[in-house]
Amino acid sequence: MRILTLYREYFSMAWDALRSHKMRSFLTTLGILIGVTTIITIWTTIEGLNQYVYGQLSNIGSSSIYVEKFPWVITGDFWKYRNRKEVNWKEYQAVLKQVTLASHVAPEVFSIKKVEFKKIQLEGVFIIGSSEAYTFTSSVYPVEGRFITEQDVSNNRFVTVLGSELAKRLFDKENAVGKRIKIDNDVYLVIGVLEKKGNFFGQSMDDYAVVPIGTFRRVYGMHRGLRISVMTDYPEQIEDLKDEVRGVMRKERKLHPSAEDDFSINQQDMLSDLYKKLTSTLFAIVFIIGGISLLVGGIGIMNIMLVSVTERTREIGIRKAIGATRSNILTQFLLEAVAISSMGGLIGIIFGYLAGLAVLAQMDITTGVSLTSIMIGFGFSAFVGITAGFYPAYKASKLSPIESLRYDQ
Amino acid sequence: MLIEIASLAKTYQLGEIQVPALKTVDLKIGKNEYVAIMGPSGSGKSTLMNILGCLDVPSSGKYILNEHDVSTMDDNQLAFIRNKEIGFVFQTFNLLSRANALHNVELPLIYNGTPRNERRQMAEQALDRVGLGDRKTHKPNELSGGQRQRVAIARALINNPSIILADEPTGNLDSKTGEEIMRIFTDLHQAGNTIILVTHEEYIARHAKRIIRLFDGFIQSDETAA
Repeated sequence: MRILTLYREYFSMAWDALRSHKMRSFLTTLGILIGVTTIITIWTTIEGLNQYVYGQLSNIGSSSIYVEKFPWVITGDFWKYRNRKEVNWKEYQAVLKQVTLASHVAPEVFSIKKVEFKKIQLEGVFIIGSSEAYTFTSSVYPVEGRFITEQDVSNNRFVTVLGSELAKRLFDKENAVGKRIKIDNDVYLVIGVLEKKGNFFGQSMDDYAVVPIGTFRRVYGMHRGLRISVMTDYPEQIEDLKDEVRGVMRKERKLHPSAEDDFSINQQDMLSDLYKKLTSTLFAIVFIIGGISLLVGGIGIMNIMLVSVTERTREIGIRKAIGATRSNILTQFLLEAVAISSMGGLIGIIFGYLAGLAVLAQMDITTGVSLTSIMIGFGFSAFVGITAGFYPAYKASKLSPIESLRYDQ
Repeated sequence: MLIEIASLAKTYQLGEIQVPALKTVDLKIGKNEYVAIMGPSGSGKSTLMNILGCLDVPSSGKYILNEHDVSTMDDNQLAFIRNKEIGFVFQTFNLLSRANALHNVELPLIYNGTPRNERRQMAEQALDRVGLGDRKTHKPNELSGGQRQRVAIARALINNPSIILADEPTGNLDSKTGEEIMRIFTDLHQAGNTIILVTHEEYIARHAKRIIRLFDGFIQSDETAA
């Protein structure tokens, strides 16, 4: 009760002090405001970005690995990778037959072709040649019609499944299934349309067509490099799966035990690791900038509190004469400093949050209020207030009541 | 005895030089006394007042206030004693300029943790007692000098202290207002309060029942009026 009475008084005193010097309080808190705004802006942006990027990366699936010529993240000598052999059909067959931990294995080839339907001609459409397993390894499922089947693949049929965006561009609202389209110079029957995956940084991920890999190879040549995607139903076994696939590949390529792999096994982790690395650097830089403005803001608060203590020497004397202890005076001035900086912190949180949302909106990302960022904003500003306010408050608490009462204003 | 002072001395250190302000003072003041302390500047009057008011501690000697040995107390204990046992009235009023009369008066109660409602009530009563019942929400700059000093007296009374210590309470007031203030002190004395008045004005000191004169750090005379 006693404590409560006192603290209520402290807060009303702090509020009075701020109100009676509005302009001064505002200018003092500006440094904190800018610092907190910077930090919260970046925090909100990064959090939104994280949610978004990890959401998108999960499309790749954490239970699939990809055997390819190039690694997804290249560090060091590009030419080392450039001179590697392409992954070939024989190796795909070996992985398909020998890897026991795999639930699905799909071969993939890619090309960019012209697609036509009646008067509509689309240049530069992404064409994927694969097998019936592709629907599982890439977790894309048809919303209309069906996916390509084993028969489509073994009979090299001229059938195709379209991404939702491509289907929309070719047929608009018309039904796509059953129509015939031209890819390059060949006619294909549309047998299905895939579910929408959405955009990734403004780029549609649904603007492609899948055709049976045999058909693709017959039309475009047998010696194109492949990508083999291998999926397990047990994500916790992914490392074992990787080892097994690696073993099969090495055996197939007759690599000496001391030789390096001359192929890459890629997985989602590599992208999320890369993303983490990039953003953590950005994070660090902005935190340093925000930190510097908080430091400057803190110095401003300390300065103004020293002025305030001198101006209010008489008040301190009066309070001491009627029974305020050192710790009473210390707490009063400390809370005043915290009040100034928290004010800046509060406005900074609001500004930073809005700025973060604005940045994310530029990238078509929406996100919710994050409690963490609010706590960080408050935490930082309160910390600066306490640190900067301590010395002036301590000085005030040490003043002699006799001399303070005699002090001329 | 309310106040017992025995061979009390105070020496100030000014650089290399030691300046004695009080040299062996012995003094006893009982409950419900009305004492004036007089003396020219440099007599040690202010020093004695600071020690009596527990704003300062003696260099040597003993000071017992209401059975508390004050001479050996630390800062926190002194703050507690000032809050509980002493009510100050200053020449320059010393009110908080940003706070209204009511808030100024309740200030001592805040530091002893009296709950808000009780505090309000006590402060209102104290203001009524000094005749300022209609000026409760006025700030010091909206009050006349006499009214400000009444607020200060109400503040000094609120904790029901053992002594009311008034340091030149009429020094900043015209003589008519000064008389009004002195009448309040007389009333308070008759109501049972112990009052110590520090002044250099003879006619002000004559309101008291006992006059102690200091000179060069000694008590020169101590007369009780008939």
